[in-house]
Amino acid sequence: MKKIVRPYGDTTGDGMVQVSFTLPVPHDKRAEGAALQLARKMGMDPALVVHAKPVGADFTFFVVYGSVSHLVDMSAVKVLEREYPLLTPKEVNAAVKTRLRREIVVIGACIGTDAHTVGIDAILNIKGFAGEKGLEYYRELKVVNLGAQVLVPDLVARARAEKADAVLVSQVVTQRDAHLRNTKEMSAAFREAYPAGQAPLLVVGGPRFDEHATEELGVDRIFGRGTTPGEVASYLVHALTERHTGGARR
Amino acid sequence: MISGGTNWALPSHAPAPGVGDLTRRMTDEQPRWGRDTAVASRPVRSYGTMTDDLRSVPGAAASLPPCQPSERNPSVSRRSAGKLDLDPATVRRARSLARQAGRPIVALARTHSTVSVERAVLRLAGVRGADADGNPWVNRLVDAVRDEVGLEHGVALPVWDAIRRRGAPTGAGGGDAVTALAQRAAAGRVGLRLPEGRDADLARRAARREVARGVRRIDARRAERERLVRRIGDAPRKPWIYLIVATGDIHEDIPQAQAAAREGADVIAVIRSTGQSLLDYVPEGATREGYAGTYATQENFRLMRAALDDVSKELGRYVRLTNYASGLCMPEIAVLAGLERLDMMLNDSMYGILFRDINPVRTFVDQRFSRQVHARAGIVINTGEDNYLTTADAVDEAHTVTVSQLLNEYFAKEAGLEDWQLGLGHAFEINPDLPESFRLELAHALLARELFPKAPLKWMPPTKHMTGDVFRGYLLDGFFNLVGALTDQGILLVGMMTEAVVTPFLSDRDLALQNVRYVLDAAGNLHEDFRPAPGGFIQSRAHQVLDEAVDLLEAIVAEPGKAPLLEAIGDGTFGLMKRPADRGKGLDGVVRTSAGYYNPATDVLENDSAPVTARGGGR
Repeated sequence: MKKIVRPYGDTTGDGMVQVSFTLPVPHDKRAEGAALQLARKMGMDPALVVHAKPVGADFTFFVVYGSVSHLVDMSAVKVLEREYPLLTPKEVNAAVKTRLRREIVVIGACIGTDAHTVGIDAILNIKGFAGEKGLEYYRELKVVNLGAQVLVPDLVARARAEKADAVLVSQVVTQRDAHLRNTKEMSAAFREAYPAGQAPLLVVGGPRFDEHATEELGVDRIFGRGTTPGEVASYLVHALTERHTGGARR
Repeated sequence: MISGGTNWALPSHAPAPGVGDLTRRMTDEQPRWGRDTAVASRPVRSYGTMTDDLRSVPGAAASLPPCQPSERNPSVSRRSAGKLDLDPATVRRARSLARQAGRPIVALARTHSTVSVERAVLRLAGVRGADADGNPWVNRLVDAVRDEVGLEHGVALPVWDAIRRRGAPTGAGGGDAVTALAQRAAAGRVGLRLPEGRDADLARRAARREVARGVRRIDARRAERERLVRRIGDAPRKPWIYLIVATGDIHEDIPQAQAAAREGADVIAVIRSTGQSLLDYVPEGATREGYAGTYATQENFRLMRAALDDVSKELGRYVRLTNYASGLCMPEIAVLAGLERLDMMLNDSMYGILFRDINPVRTFVDQRFSRQVHARAGIVINTGEDNYLTTADAVDEAHTVTVSQLLNEYFAKEAGLEDWQLGLGHAFEINPDLPESFRLELAHALLARELFPKAPLKWMPPTKHMTGDVFRGYLLDGFFNLVGALTDQGILLVGMMTEAVVTPFLSDRDLALQNVRYVLDAAGNLHEDFRPAPGGFIQSRAHQVLDEAVDLLEAIVAEPGKAPLLEAIGDGTFGLMKRPADRGKGLDGVVRTSAGYYNPATDVLENDSAPVTARGGGR
């Protein structure tokens, strides 16, 4: 059944919303008129400018209340589901403890000539990124961050020495598709060094990757721009516990 | 179901275009994996960053009438001394433990040098510029000395010996001669050697003369600051209002910084580009591209300081400039800050170790030198204790902040900094859902105030518990400001209600400054009336935190080994991070000094007293 809703101010169906914005015009009557015009174009009618304040000589800040004419069809709302649940650090630690019964070893590096450790550091360093702590913060994750310009053979050797469960590689430099070549080289080296199905989980991240290209690049997961440490940690738990419980099939 | 059907004919199936666009734009402005990791990049915080729109706000001053300078009642102690009834014996014990923990580290710093310390020496001697690939000459020359002679004797003796033997190019003296040597060294071996006997004496004398000239230039910049503060005027009130600018492009930063000053900022901080802390060289020249921040370079420092001098004159108050002496080039950046008259520098004793995984020995050696330079330059340092509270619980780990403040104080004073130069950090990061959270914040802030009565203290706004609920965030910032006023904080970093949401809008910063001004105008002198009940909640909590800090310091000094603090850092005492002394970035740039080691900069800084000046704090 079609369910239609409108914003709720103080009465069902009144459609009332509140917005605030700044226009790059000096504060005067014209500015308030401009705010009203914008509000109407945003679907607010009637709209009421309840606050207008100059911010410097050339800007005006507005608060506008009004009823929007737009309707929301709840049956047409679509959301994208992630293939794994997003866990808090506490939940990640608990899941690792109960499901794997040992800590997860994660190795991170920037490979090739790439000296931009920004991405890998944002994900691994305790300082983290976007308000989330990096993987170092997770008690049940052992993080080895090899830093920049790591050679692929060194990465493989270190992964073997540390018995890594997952290898995280960040690639920022994309000149002449360096990120794709480096990633393929890396995944090939791991395939060569490990028996089939035994290689650590290979995860790459960077702003220019296509998240669907896992097969082509030979990796398990690709993360694009805006990825947070929590997403990576949640994915690792999901993928590794699945591997762990599904081990018999492989 | 909605009541009326009149609007059904409207194209309601389409999403409101404005809203959709806005959401996407905001998402796009979030920092990215692999790129603009704004949060990760900032040794301090991300609020206060300004929108591009601000560029064209020449007359923004009109919106911010100056606060009434508060007439303080002279009979009431400004420092709220004794409000917590702290036990003086416990306070003494805490300081003595911090000294005990810090002393072996200082001994370590005295017996080691680093590539960055040696490069800082060359910068003081006037070496500037870089090769065609952007490698600074100071790097090239230090590398050459390391390859040919080894670094354990310092660069000064081999370098000035070579200059003396080869003779300076005609007309070139001082830094030019050293730069010329670096250029020759880059082209091939220049026959560097470790001079002995009379040759060593001559080289030592020449090195000292050149480096002393650089130190005198720093002295002159400090005197200039003091003169400008006197002539132009100082910030109208305390705390100083601290705002952050960061576009990545120095030429965009400048108009934004000037606009922020016109809107009421007393201190402008230019956030550095993500990743600069891990560069083992200082980039050269004016830079126009940085990730979520602008590179710290000598030219960028110069440009921004000149722009703020202009706006200071226009506003009739000296606007201070802040940057970051942290990461692998701490000593060099400290020198550049002194040469270009920066006024404050972020400089924490352990931040790089814990949050950037820089080798502990490298950090402590670099830190001591950089602080000696800051002391000489009259720069106020800001420490980074707020960072502990973003990783650990602000109540459970409150005492780690106190411990770090005590260590920072010890290291700072040992390096020659005075109380007025210690912007010891702390932050309003307790979960607001916790009962009595405000009283706990007050107790912690007051504890810092009373433990360090003469230090300015840097008070940092909430970030960890800021959500997308900007209304709640605004209230939280108001309470943060109130604690700042009640506990007489020296430097107040302006909290943004859009923290953790977007790069602050023009209007967000305006609202944030209104918040600060309202609280300071309405309650700026409330500290005169505010006396926590004897034995009450606030006093008890402060005592508890101090006791826990003493316990932790006792545990640290009880660690085994020659430098127990290094052991403590190695086994994860701070911020949950384990940082062993033989690991971390920049370790290969550390060298144990030989018996014949000579550092002319340390020699001048430790043995030649600065010209007598009024203190540069402008307080």
